[in-house]
Amino acid sequence: MTASLASTPTDPAILSPQAVTPGSGKYDDDSSGGSDAPGGAANPGGSGVSGGRCRATRRSFTQGLLTNKKALAGTAILLLFIALALLAPVLFPDNPSKITGMASEEPSAEHWLGTTAKGQDVLALTIHGARSSLLVGLTVGLASTLIGIVVGLASAYFGKFVDEALSVTTNVFLLLPGLPLLVVLAAFLPPGLGTVIVVLIVTGWAGSARVLRSQALSIRSKDFVAAAVVSGEGPLRIMFREILPNMASNVMSTLLGCVIFGIGAQAGLEFLGLGDVSTVSWGTNLYWAGNEGALLTGSWWVFVPSGLCIALVAFALALINYAVDEVTNPRLRKIRAPKDRVPKTAAHKSGSSHSKAAQ
Amino acid sequence: MRFILRRLGFYLIAFWVSITLNFLLPRFMPGDPVSRMFARSQAQMKPEQMDQLRKMLGVDDRPLWEQYIDYLHNLFTGNMGTSISRFPTPVTEVIASQIGWTLLLGGTALAFAAVVGNLLGVFAAWRRGGAIDSALPPLLIFIGSFPYFWLAMGALYLFGVVLGWFPLRHAFSDTLQPDFSWEFVSDVGAHLVLPALTIVLVTIGGWMLGMRNTMIATNAEDYITMAEAKGLRPGRIMFRYAARNAMLPSVTSFGMSLGFVVGGALLTEVVFAYPGVGYQLLNAVQGLDYPLMQGLFLTITAAVLLANFLVDVLYVRLDPRVRVS
Repeated sequence: MTASLASTPTDPAILSPQAVTPGSGKYDDDSSGGSDAPGGAANPGGSGVSGGRCRATRRSFTQGLLTNKKALAGTAILLLFIALALLAPVLFPDNPSKITGMASEEPSAEHWLGTTAKGQDVLALTIHGARSSLLVGLTVGLASTLIGIVVGLASAYFGKFVDEALSVTTNVFLLLPGLPLLVVLAAFLPPGLGTVIVVLIVTGWAGSARVLRSQALSIRSKDFVAAAVVSGEGPLRIMFREILPNMASNVMSTLLGCVIFGIGAQAGLEFLGLGDVSTVSWGTNLYWAGNEGALLTGSWWVFVPSGLCIALVAFALALINYAVDEVTNPRLRKIRAPKDRVPKTAAHKSGSSHSKAAQ
Repeated sequence: MRFILRRLGFYLIAFWVSITLNFLLPRFMPGDPVSRMFARSQAQMKPEQMDQLRKMLGVDDRPLWEQYIDYLHNLFTGNMGTSISRFPTPVTEVIASQIGWTLLLGGTALAFAAVVGNLLGVFAAWRRGGAIDSALPPLLIFIGSFPYFWLAMGALYLFGVVLGWFPLRHAFSDTLQPDFSWEFVSDVGAHLVLPALTIVLVTIGGWMLGMRNTMIATNAEDYITMAEAKGLRPGRIMFRYAARNAMLPSVTSFGMSLGFVVGGALLTEVVFAYPGVGYQLLNAVQGLDYPLMQGLFLTITAAVLLANFLVDVLYVRLDPRVRVS
């Protein structure tokens, strides 16, 4: 922690907390230090490895993920939701907004999750809602991570003025309060799914750019990058073929964080009625639940499922994220180090770090 | 001092960006305010009225730079225009009447979550593998995965509608007049519990995990072993040695989380119809009250920037390394 703080003392970004959340800070230390961490051999972030070993460590990274219970649980939940989203037209071929029953019916054999105040089937709405929510979440996550990668790599590779300018831009975007900005942007743009996606990317890319820049910076200073520069490789090749593969795990956890952000922020925006209220998604389901007074009439079954789905997907993604962290950061795994190094502790399974890195 | 000036410069840039963004948005976005209002009025508006509106919003045929100078001039003389939905109240007055409620809600929730979360983190790291350390983190991560507003809805339903323990909406009962009587203050407190609770629930996990993970690193430091060897009381080592050194990242997150709390407060305020700036912002958006919307956005941004700057100043006091460089 101290090392990562002290290494860039003049960087205005030190104080921008996202990167200094203890999780990510510690993470930087370990993955760039590589060999001094206990069991550092299994560290895919550890750079400066030759091609063959690189592949070997990457295999052990995949293997580590496959044997990690958190990763498995998270993946299982996620796959279930993706399957439901894909199968929605098969399971409920009708338009989910169609009125199929009486108003505000309790869950029954006919309507497993009851009906809304309009008489729509809640289960159909929830399963169809997964399509839009997952689609927007994934699109926003991929796009903001991509922007983050480009900005972070460019910052780290070119340094000096480019870094300065990009960092200031990133930090300004990080600092502007996200949700109010979302609301104002959404108010000026024509409503629709495209608007929601664009607005979420505009407010979401900065977090990933920050995290990825700091990781890229530490790899940029390695000898093998200097060697690549000397041997005359072009900037693009160095950025994407030399630096990027060595931060694969960071990219992955950033991506997961961005998807969580995307799903949550879309739901929030739509709950406020700023999305396209005619599409069916978890956010609009909750918007209508609020609008039709589901709370006051006591129809809990109308608002519980959609919210629970958002939470489950976010939780699944977070689980995978923590697993990536555990696999790549030996300090967070079960403690095997001699006991005197860590006082007052017992060997146990640790929780997680990387707190909300990319939100 | 150089550090502070540098940061100040950065915040000024950030503020300029948000001011300019605020200026450019209504002028360049496809949904031009006046034509939207025209559409909303079902084309009932006369051309003169539209001209009047354009003039009021400062969006007319003059060159852009003239509008920009006008806009800056108005802003720095404290003139944010007139609210449309609450005509003819000036925007600044509307905001002034509401910002206190958001500060109360956000401040209470933030302070409570930060203090309790950090304390939990300290205890979890100190007794690694103990009850707090193994049970709370997964639970809090799970709760933290829920959308703010959904937890707010759940809390409203459970404690408000079903159990009837707390009032459902607004910041105080309609029957009371705002004053400093015990009756009014306790009424405000009762209205505050549920909205604040939802924000605390969502954010507390981040504080706890952050503190816990830094503390674990700090616990491995030599000076902790040294302190133990000297035979200091565990409580003293825990708070004066370990927690104190693990505090810096938490201080930093404090500034940033203000932005999140404002966002969270916005959603929570909407669910509980709590009369803060977030609730008003949404009303302004729905009522196409562009001056009020922009004024609110600028106020919120300025508040977040100012708070971050104060955190930076505090940081310089806490971390000598920043002073040296």
